[in-house]
Amino acid sequence: MIKLKINGQERTWDGDPDLSLLWFLRDEVGLTGTKFGCGQALCGACTVIVDKEAVRACITSVSDVADRQVTTIEGLHPTGDHPVQKAWRQINVPQCGFCQAGQIMQAAALLMDNPKPSHAQIREALSGNICRCGCYQRIENAVHLASTGV
Amino acid sequence: MNIITNPKKLRGFEKACRVENVSRRSVLKGLGIAGSFVLAAPILSRPAFAAYETGAGKMPHGTVVDPRVFVAIAPDGIVTIIAHRAEMGTGVRTSLPLIVAEEMDADWSRVRVQQAPGDEVRYGNQDTDGSRSTRHYLMPMRQIGASARTMLESAAAKRWGVPATEVKAANHEVVHDATGRKLGFGDLAADAAKEPVPSIEGLKLKDPKNFRYLGKGEVSIVDLHDITTGKAGYGADVRLPGMKYAVIARPPVTGGTLVSFDPADALKVSGVEKVTQVKGWPWPSKFQPLGGVAVIARNTGAAIKGRDALKIVWDDGANAKYDSVAYRAELEEAARKPGLVVRKEGDVDAALKTADKVIVGEYYLPHLAHVSMEPPVAVADVKGDKAEIWAPVQSPGGTREDVAKTLGIPEGNVTVHVTLLGGGFGRKSKCDYVLEAALLSKELAAPVKVQWTREDDVHHDFLHTVSVERIEAGLDKNGKVIAWRHRSVAPSIASTFAANTVHQAPFELGMGLIDMPFEIANIQCENPEAAAHTRIGWFRSVSNIPRAFAVQSMVGELAHATNRDQKEMLLELIGSPRIVNLSSVKDPWNYGEPYSSYPIDTARLRRVVELVAEKGEWGRSLPKGHGLGIAAHRSFVSYIATIVEVAIDDKGKLTVPRVDTAIDCGTYVNPERIQSQIEGAAIMGLSLAKYGEITFKDGKVQQKNFDDFPVLRIDESPSVTNVHIVPPGPDTPPSGVGEPGVPPFAPALVNAIFAATGKRIRALPIGKQLET
Ligand code: FES
Ligand code: FES
Repeated sequence: MIKLKINGQERTWDGDPDLSLLWFLRDEVGLTGTKFGCGQALCGACTVIVDKEAVRACITSVSDVADRQVTTIEGLHPTGDHPVQKAWRQINVPQCGFCQAGQIMQAAALLMDNPKPSHAQIREALSGNICRCGCYQRIENAVHLASTGV
Repeated sequence: MNIITNPKKLRGFEKACRVENVSRRSVLKGLGIAGSFVLAAPILSRPAFAAYETGAGKMPHGTVVDPRVFVAIAPDGIVTIIAHRAEMGTGVRTSLPLIVAEEMDADWSRVRVQQAPGDEVRYGNQDTDGSRSTRHYLMPMRQIGASARTMLESAAAKRWGVPATEVKAANHEVVHDATGRKLGFGDLAADAAKEPVPSIEGLKLKDPKNFRYLGKGEVSIVDLHDITTGKAGYGADVRLPGMKYAVIARPPVTGGTLVSFDPADALKVSGVEKVTQVKGWPWPSKFQPLGGVAVIARNTGAAIKGRDALKIVWDDGANAKYDSVAYRAELEEAARKPGLVVRKEGDVDAALKTADKVIVGEYYLPHLAHVSMEPPVAVADVKGDKAEIWAPVQSPGGTREDVAKTLGIPEGNVTVHVTLLGGGFGRKSKCDYVLEAALLSKELAAPVKVQWTREDDVHHDFLHTVSVERIEAGLDKNGKVIAWRHRSVAPSIASTFAANTVHQAPFELGMGLIDMPFEIANIQCENPEAAAHTRIGWFRSVSNIPRAFAVQSMVGELAHATNRDQKEMLLELIGSPRIVNLSSVKDPWNYGEPYSSYPIDTARLRRVVELVAEKGEWGRSLPKGHGLGIAAHRSFVSYIATIVEVAIDDKGKLTVPRVDTAIDCGTYVNPERIQSQIEGAAIMGLSLAKYGEITFKDGKVQQKNFDDFPVLRIDESPSVTNVHIVPPGPDTPPSGVGEPGVPPFAPALVNAIFAATGKRIRALPIGKQLET
């Protein structure tokens, strides 16, 4: 039996310990904010924060995060008002929106680590997150805005 | 108009697209204007009446313009407006209801949007493709809003016993100026519903100078908050009680069939419950499933693991030899010989013979996969002769029809709930993934979600075609172009519908080939034969991508050959401001629009070129290794011009410091979303130019995921993309926005690369061609 904390709540799993955190979150727990885009750590749609680090849930097994704290987009801020979320809305970042939870989690992790990233650092830190709709200019500007105060 | 008498039920409305509500099926069923709150009055379909005519009436099921179908007002004043088109990122789920709200004089903060299920008899055509939504629905939505407003005003006038001409709607209430009396929309709703629906001809539309929302770009998309908090409900997010998770192994070659399979190892995987065959249809069969073997499990991860353990023997069938290297040679050979003539003016052969100089450009553009961020996915719950579907589909009506046919049940027994789409780009116009879910749900007698992995998506897409475009341009001794022959060879989308298709359909020929706007005395367009060996489908901008690439690259080549500025060359070729006469073309198609409303107007094409040149500072001085390129193209009846600045270092590494695009899309609703579409188009254009290529060997797609089919990432995206929107004339009909931004990007890019390096790229993707 694996125990972990998701958005502050205790969860257990006694199925296949190799099941990826992505499908555990989405199908077993019902937290569907974390998205499936590639399954191979290539797109970042599944990004969640484990302890303080952004990880790709699709290549992280449930056993890898035993006894750790997992934060998903649903748990980033109780009212959805994390500076990154607010900046995202102010700049009207999303088009289809499907990549955005992953982008936001990656950006939030970046700001934890580096509260005032340069544009080059933003581009570098988010280069693992694909947006097929092409919202990159706004993503970059929104991370910058979040870092300078929304 | 519907009156909602039960405000408790209403609360679900604004959340209709949220996950938690989608999973509460009883609530969802009760939702809706489509359900229990419909007035007894029969809904009559009224044809739209507009100052300009569009092709909307010719679409399947045409247009419905009835406020009672699209608008509901609750006693507390909350106005619910139906969005009947699918949201895949363009903002249409916000824009169309916003038009209604504008004409109603509703307060947007008290408007809720509800997504319509697939029901074209009720809502009119719902195919969200072809960059048509605003183009076809701006006027009908205005009429719906104006009708609702008129009914509210009549109700208020009656209540006060004053002539209707003395009252007017303003900001969610109706006021009688003379006495200062006011009544909110909620107070008037019940009476307004009893008013006759006014005749369209007599409707008074708002004076655009009084618009509060339209054309302003100040309203954010309705799903913005939910998207940023993970609550927005996509197809992938639908969860039903007792739902099974399925993935399917499909024949690796288009038209291949299943010979045998061994499920033993798959069944040993923890969480796997069942392995079963899925019916496939022989190719081509429109959007019917490919067939294969499904693994059913308690979660998607287990299903994928189970599928990996399957042992399957396939018969690859007739397309087993499809090979992209050989096929390219075939296309090139065909392009060098005469083909079916689809446009002819003057005598191109004679003119090419007498020309002082002939410039030949042969351009190759490979297959592309859509790879929308959300891979295909669908949930179906089939019970007896009834089917309920939740899916991200661009064609809710078509999906409903196809589900009914596939299951052999009446269409009326099929409900298609349209979720948000995590991208579409044309892929989600084809509902094979929904049909798979329906077949499996029927067999398992349980709700089933079919999830495509990214590998499934890349392997079994309805791909963008592959083409060779060959242009021969003859110049006289003064450097004037006197002859233009364009041969386009590409497998047609029609091949997905009918076997043995070898020619492109009018809708493909009409995308940049036969509608080429240049003023040249001798023009001939030809379409040599090409057979398809895989499923070909619409990809954002469709045939405009190769056509604009070829035509606008040739403009760059001609500028170079005659030692002229690219922009000057382009304007000279476009020629005088005029309406292009296409009488020499048998079927000019014109995006389904009447030529009277949407002619090819070279004055508008010239204007976007001039606007982008001015705003984009054409001719500005640049650092070494940088270059500017320009391209212009009319598609989806909009006019676009793009300038790209490239920087190429001494290793051949390409970056894009700046992009400027000017768009004339006529009358528009939300300039902020136009901007986002054009920004996105630059990314998609750069993506396909740098990397986009799907290849086949032994009939199989050789790529599988974002590692070998890369798409553009943020660290390579243009540093800045500026969008310049042409202010519309008072009566300019609206035209497309979602697609037109893509086609001019790649040719502007390669023209810029030529300016920077002297190297002419004629085949995409650029890949390693610039490396030194
Ligand atoms: S789904 Fe995990 S990185 Fe793409
Ligand atoms: S908003 Fe559609 S993929 Fe990013």
